Amino acid sequence: MEALFASAVGVLTAAGIFLILRRRTFPVILGLSLLTYAVNAFLFATGRLALNAPPVLNNYKEVAYTDPLPQALVLTAIVISFGMTAVIVMIALSAYLSSKTDHIDLPLAEEAGEDE
Amino acid sequence: MSLFLIAALPFLGAVFPALLIRAGRNAAASAAGLTSFLALVGLLINAPAVMRGELVTARFDWIPLLGLNTNFMLDGLGLLFASLILGIGLLIILYARFYLSREDPMGQFYTYLLLFQGAMVGIVLSDNILLLLIFWELTSLSSFLLIGYWKHLPAGRQGARMALAVTGSGGLAMIGGMLILGNIVGSYDLSVILQNKELIQASPFYLPALILILLGCFTKSAQFPFHFWLPHAMAAPTPVSAYLHSATMVKAGLFLMARMWPVLAGTPEWFYIVATTGLVTMVIGAAIALFKDDLKALLAFSTVSHLGLITMLLGFGTKIAAVAAVFHIINHATFKAALFMTAGIVDHEAHTRDIKRLGGLRHLMPVTFTIALIAALSMAGLPPLNGFLSKEMMLEETVHTVWNGSHLLVPGLALIGALFSAAYSFRYIAHVFLGPKRDDYPAHPHDPGVGMWLAPAFLVVLVVAIGFFSKAIAGPLVAIASTAVIGGDKLPYYSLKLWHGFTPALYMSIAATIGGLILLALHRHAERLWNAAPRPEAKVIFDAVIGAATWASRTLSDTLHNGVISRYAAIMVAFTVGLGYYAYSTGTIGVPTRVPLPATIIPIIGWICLVGATVAIMYFHRNRLLSLVLIGVVGLIVSMAFNYLSAPDLALTQISVEVVTMILLLLSLNFMPTVTPVDSTNARKVRDAVISVFAGLGAGGLIYALMLRDFALPTISDFHLANSYKGGGGTNVVNVILVDFRGFDTFGEIIVLGIAALVIFALTESVLGTKVRAYLLNRKPHWPQSGDAHPLMMVVATRVMMPIALMVGAYIFFRGHNQPGGGFIAGLVVAIAYLMQYMASGYTWAIERQRFYYHGSIGWGVLIAAATGVGAWFNERPFLTSDFGYIHWPPLEEFEWATAILFDTGVFLAVLGAVMLALDSLSRFAWQPGMVQEHAMDINPQRDDPPEPEDEQEREEA
Repeated sequence: MEALFASAVGVLTAAGIFLILRRRTFPVILGLSLLTYAVNAFLFATGRLALNAPPVLNNYKEVAYTDPLPQALVLTAIVISFGMTAVIVMIALSAYLSSKTDHIDLPLAEEAGEDE
Repeated sequence: MSLFLIAALPFLGAVFPALLIRAGRNAAASAAGLTSFLALVGLLINAPAVMRGELVTARFDWIPLLGLNTNFMLDGLGLLFASLILGIGLLIILYARFYLSREDPMGQFYTYLLLFQGAMVGIVLSDNILLLLIFWELTSLSSFLLIGYWKHLPAGRQGARMALAVTGSGGLAMIGGMLILGNIVGSYDLSVILQNKELIQASPFYLPALILILLGCFTKSAQFPFHFWLPHAMAAPTPVSAYLHSATMVKAGLFLMARMWPVLAGTPEWFYIVATTGLVTMVIGAAIALFKDDLKALLAFSTVSHLGLITMLLGFGTKIAAVAAVFHIINHATFKAALFMTAGIVDHEAHTRDIKRLGGLRHLMPVTFTIALIAALSMAGLPPLNGFLSKEMMLEETVHTVWNGSHLLVPGLALIGALFSAAYSFRYIAHVFLGPKRDDYPAHPHDPGVGMWLAPAFLVVLVVAIGFFSKAIAGPLVAIASTAVIGGDKLPYYSLKLWHGFTPALYMSIAATIGGLILLALHRHAERLWNAAPRPEAKVIFDAVIGAATWASRTLSDTLHNGVISRYAAIMVAFTVGLGYYAYSTGTIGVPTRVPLPATIIPIIGWICLVGATVAIMYFHRNRLLSLVLIGVVGLIVSMAFNYLSAPDLALTQISVEVVTMILLLLSLNFMPTVTPVDSTNARKVRDAVISVFAGLGAGGLIYALMLRDFALPTISDFHLANSYKGGGGTNVVNVILVDFRGFDTFGEIIVLGIAALVIFALTESVLGTKVRAYLLNRKPHWPQSGDAHPLMMVVATRVMMPIALMVGAYIFFRGHNQPGGGFIAGLVVAIAYLMQYMASGYTWAIERQRFYYHGSIGWGVLIAAATGVGAWFNERPFLTSDFGYIHWPPLEEFEWATAILFDTGVFLAVLGAVMLALDSLSRFAWQPGMVQEHAMDINPQRDDPPEPEDEQEREEA
């Protein structure tokens, strides 16, 4: 199970970073979303994995609980990352509509033939 | 008056001139004058105590851990400087009112002037060297504004930049010196430092500290070789020159040398660095001044020369020389400020400051001539004026000074300096005011109104009065200030009087005066020689150095920051991976202590879906719509994984955020290109792939290693589990953490979310205000649009679902404290319920039925959360402490209430408002005229027509 989880985090991270390194706004946004999944999952897993042990107290019998703290942190992180994604989408959209290009690099650098 | 108030008054008062300028220039000037006057009165109230030898202090700990305290003290030296700063400031405010013309923004001028005044008062009153440094930098900044006040003049801008560059870099050096000094002593409080002379002078860091502090002082006080900025700063209006460059800013360096005198002076290093620099500056400044044709340049170099004189006296390190230095500080401030003001009057009336075009003004401007004559003779050092007294004392001291075994070097050079000083003072009178009246002045010069000459006249009265009654007027102040300079020891015997008998100093004075007259007579020949001699131009060198530095830094930053953002990202990721690898290879990793969970078939299926979808995104990412679908799959699996791994709250949050994010991305894709073109070469793709694979391996490996090991240190999670019900009154520990244990974090986060939504709103507003709006209105959609934009089935279904969805939201909200749910999730669910209406019935239809504003929702949310937190104060608990209890109403079961539910209401409203405002802003891009229809389900058959043939028709018709 841990191996599955860790490899999934690895794949999401790699894919996210590869897309972030593209040169148009839309793949970068996709990459950021994938990286967000990876980071949230990573943070969540710092509380270690557990099955059937939600951190909801059971007043009637003794049961195991998983670590609630990373969950609380990740919960707000998910909501905040939505806010971040929304801002980036708006910036990308406004930039595209204003300049008619969705390149993330400065036109100057392209003209100079920098970086392929 | 408290020292805090005296130091703060100019800063507080700085607001008023800028505001009151609308009420007229007199109002602005009066406000500035009143502020300075009040501060001066406050200072003088404290004067009797200082005169009795007490130390007035005001202490307040600001950042005690850094040793940074707002401690002020007022001793004799501080009193002398503060009264010079505030007193001359008051005269300058009066003078500037009449000097500045109607076109100059006078409110700004007085605001800058008061800021500068406050910074200077702060320097001289500080009892903490870190605080002193702050004020020191503030003087550099505010003087930059003042020197560059005439923004339209290139000379003004360049002069301001040069002054800032030179004094600012000196200030940097001084920060280093002060920190070393504080480290040696172990305290940043001046009063403590001043008690530790032996400790400081015995330290191996004495010399570095001394050099760094002196760099700050020398740059500020325009000592050779940093003297060149002062003449260029003369591009400022004359009141600024008179204030900054005679009485205050350039004296800040002298002040600091005098302040540090008890602990730094007295060593050979101090003597050779400070006295030599002062001596050289005095001679060079005086020599250059004689050959300057610009009145203000002449005065500027003479100031450089006099500052050198005072520096030299401080550098001698003897007590009697320190007394002479203090006395000359007073005298120089009086006659030099008056001279600058007369130069300003001449410039103002004759429209030129070029000595070659002036002469004979004695007949036209008798009042100005009288003032200038007295002040210049004092500068030349003639009896019975105050300049004579301190110059005598200086010459007397040089006679007793031995420089590296030579008895004649210092007095000889001082005599040359005095000779040039007399010559340029005489020239200021002879070539400007004496001689025949000319008929080619650029304007018709005459004496100005009383407002302009009152200030210099007052100073000149002081010049004469101190000359005649030096003991009565200046004596006590000199005594008390000198005592402070020499560190509280007993003052040596000295006498402030005109006649000391036939001393060597008297012969030197006579020689200097006669020599000065001869030099003036030979001025034409001397000038020819001077102009023929080659000499370095400071400005050219300075510009070359600055140019080279600019070129180097521009080349460096352009190479590193070439605008290719993906490259920055690549460098950052590669560096982070490298850092991680370094940590991994040098550290040790323990053995796995946890047994892995078994992998059953369901997680394996989920894993295959997730990895498959991610890999598919890599292949199909150019098809943007398809990649959105695939990323939806990823999000879904992630939320299922959360649920499977005992995190129901996370699963609920993730899936609702997923819905909202997808709608957002779909909406934005509507306006963006639908495909991503290929613009990376294969080599680049390989590079990026290598970087990403390593990053993925790193992240995956790290979390794998982490998950198989137990916590190295005990966690605080057990505390949360144990106290969730007892202390927070809820069984859902995650929710209790959010609204109770870490409520302050959550409070911050809803604010951040609200700000993000407002940023989006503001961005939309500003973009739609540009020509983008026209483009959007005329835009052809990517895909043919359906005439049935709002299908009947969907509209009906969503309207039926609306109350159910709201009900689910309410249910999730209320159960949140004890079961998975809560404000965050409920806010998202209700937002989705509204969004369904937007999608099904259309933006305009929904917005017309909108009863509340999303901005308000965000604001109320934050306010309610804050009010809940503040409520705890009334129970004498810290901010955001929650409370709960149980109520039993007879027909119902016993139920629980908790203040956390109010806080969660705030979270709910803020999340709802933020999500809706973000999507609402985006949908405004799609607005088209004629979209408002009678009914949401109206069909617009025109839209079913394929767009292309229409275009052809139009073209044929045209």
